[in-house]
Amino acid sequence: MSTVTSSTRAPTSSAAAAPAKPLRKAGQRQQKLAAFTLLAPFTVLLVAVFLVPVGYAIGLSFFSEDHDGLGFGGGETVFTGLRSYLAVLSDPSFVSGFGAILLYCVIFVPAVVVGALALALLLDSGLMRLRRTAQMLLYLPHAVPGVIAAVIWLYLYTPGLSPVIKLFAQADITIDFLGLHTVLPSIVNIALWSGLGYNMVIFYAALQALPREVIEAARIDGAGGFRTALMVKVPIIRGSVVMVCMFALIGALQLFTEPMLMNQATPMVNSRFTPNMYIFDAAFRRNNYGLASAASVILLVVTCALSYAVTRWAGRRERSAR
Amino acid sequence: MTTMTPTTPRATPQGPAGKPLGRPFGSSKLTSRGVANAVVLIAALYTMLPTVWLLLASTKNADALFGSDILSLSDFSFVSNLSDLFAMDGGLYGEWYLNSLLYAVVGALVGSLISVSAGYAFDKYEFRHKEKLFGLVLTGVMVPQTVLALPLYLVASGIGIVNTFWAVFIPVLFNPFGVYLARILSNGYVPNEVLEASRVDGAGELQTYVRVSLRMLGPGFVTVFLFQLTAIWNNFFLPMVMLSDQHLYPLSLGLYTWNSSATVSPEYYPLVVIGSLLAVVPLIVAFITLQRYWKSGLTAGSVK
Repeated sequence: MSTVTSSTRAPTSSAAAAPAKPLRKAGQRQQKLAAFTLLAPFTVLLVAVFLVPVGYAIGLSFFSEDHDGLGFGGGETVFTGLRSYLAVLSDPSFVSGFGAILLYCVIFVPAVVVGALALALLLDSGLMRLRRTAQMLLYLPHAVPGVIAAVIWLYLYTPGLSPVIKLFAQADITIDFLGLHTVLPSIVNIALWSGLGYNMVIFYAALQALPREVIEAARIDGAGGFRTALMVKVPIIRGSVVMVCMFALIGALQLFTEPMLMNQATPMVNSRFTPNMYIFDAAFRRNNYGLASAASVILLVVTCALSYAVTRWAGRRERSAR
Repeated sequence: MTTMTPTTPRATPQGPAGKPLGRPFGSSKLTSRGVANAVVLIAALYTMLPTVWLLLASTKNADALFGSDILSLSDFSFVSNLSDLFAMDGGLYGEWYLNSLLYAVVGALVGSLISVSAGYAFDKYEFRHKEKLFGLVLTGVMVPQTVLALPLYLVASGIGIVNTFWAVFIPVLFNPFGVYLARILSNGYVPNEVLEASRVDGAGELQTYVRVSLRMLGPGFVTVFLFQLTAIWNNFFLPMVMLSDQHLYPLSLGLYTWNSSATVSPEYYPLVVIGSLLAVVPLIVAFITLQRYWKSGLTAGSVK
């Protein structure tokens, strides 16, 4: 364990001149030791449950197990190069998974960011009564595990069981939550329900940390609550906004639990509806670890590329704003 | 869920940090107040709907669940549902509950301590390749858990710990988002002057961390803990991949299997409903009891 950490941390020893203030030698050594000690457990975890598995998956994606056709173990592992990647990328069910994700993002990301930001600004505006109660109620769904949220909403989408459908039926409106065009918005709704309050708390915490003088200055300048919110508060917390956007995108790529449960309830969601469902299907239903690893690596690359692009774009905007 | 309402009756309009809330800043203050409250009320109703349904449905037996009226309390079988829940499959639900508590509470405690320490080190100390290592942390934040689950399974099966407690417990300790958060919070909560003063007093670095900084980071620690607790409690994909022994399941996975069985044997439906209700309780309790603590920390934490 210590060898793993020291290999990552070893270059530290020569970083003597880094702090701005010249400190005593002994103090510096002690500081370095402290930094090492505090970082060591996390670094071990970083290596053991992140870098090693990812590396292992990348390695595995270049190999394939030749089965003897009967499914008995002991197939021979052979190097197949990029064959698994080609197989994944030419599989329409994998590509269509990304299509589903894209469509999902187009609905989900703006909805959750705008919704959460609006609610956080309202709570921060000082106009609210029962702020704490409201915040708690809105946060509540985040405390509901994804599986349970999906189960509850699934029941609320099921005709005969759902009071919502009954309510609409009384107004002579027929709603099919699990139809061809409604199933994706229905999934978005579950995610939105779970994520709205959580993201609101992030925004609200950022707003609470704002220097009060800035807000007061805006008010003294005659800006109303609405203008202060949009022109002063939002620009200052744009870092949080970008962060929430990024996590919403990454969360979208992770989409698994909700469609997995929907899969049991409606034929509109097949067993490879999203990339993660494809990976699960490849690994545990088709027992093709090479294929699953290749799909994992592709998803990983897409995710990293996407978040890198988002942060770069945000960074440039931030720099040009200064 | 209904029990939480009485716990927060005194939401006074004064902000904790002396916010000048009562100041008039517009002629249409009354209407904007009305609109603002209405919008938040609608959002709150939207969040409450499924939970209220869960609460009502938990009082129904299997027949009444699929019967006509969810609002009627004529067929009240909450207690019999409850005893059925803990009796089913040899008390499996109780085991799941304990497992979830173990994974989540212990995991979040250990995990947040690891994350906060790392975040603090990133904030307060200079060392070579610091930003490169932090970039790795950020990459860790960006990588979907589910993408890691399959590789983790492959590694775990390689070293033979698949289908054990550790196969789930060790990976959930890794919380790069906690490190990211802790770095920001450490920057806000622990002024560098305090460290300088402590150094002048001759205290060791780790001594300072444990005695001074960690205490100042308390609210931040709770925030990280709470986020991680929620994440582990809600964790589903990793246990699903790692575990095949039902006695090691956490609640989410257990309820998922019961829900899958319910399509064949409907007697599981009311159990899934009431089991879900009970599974939701600890996090709500944690959030309510810790809310005051970390929220006052967030507002009072503006050190500037």
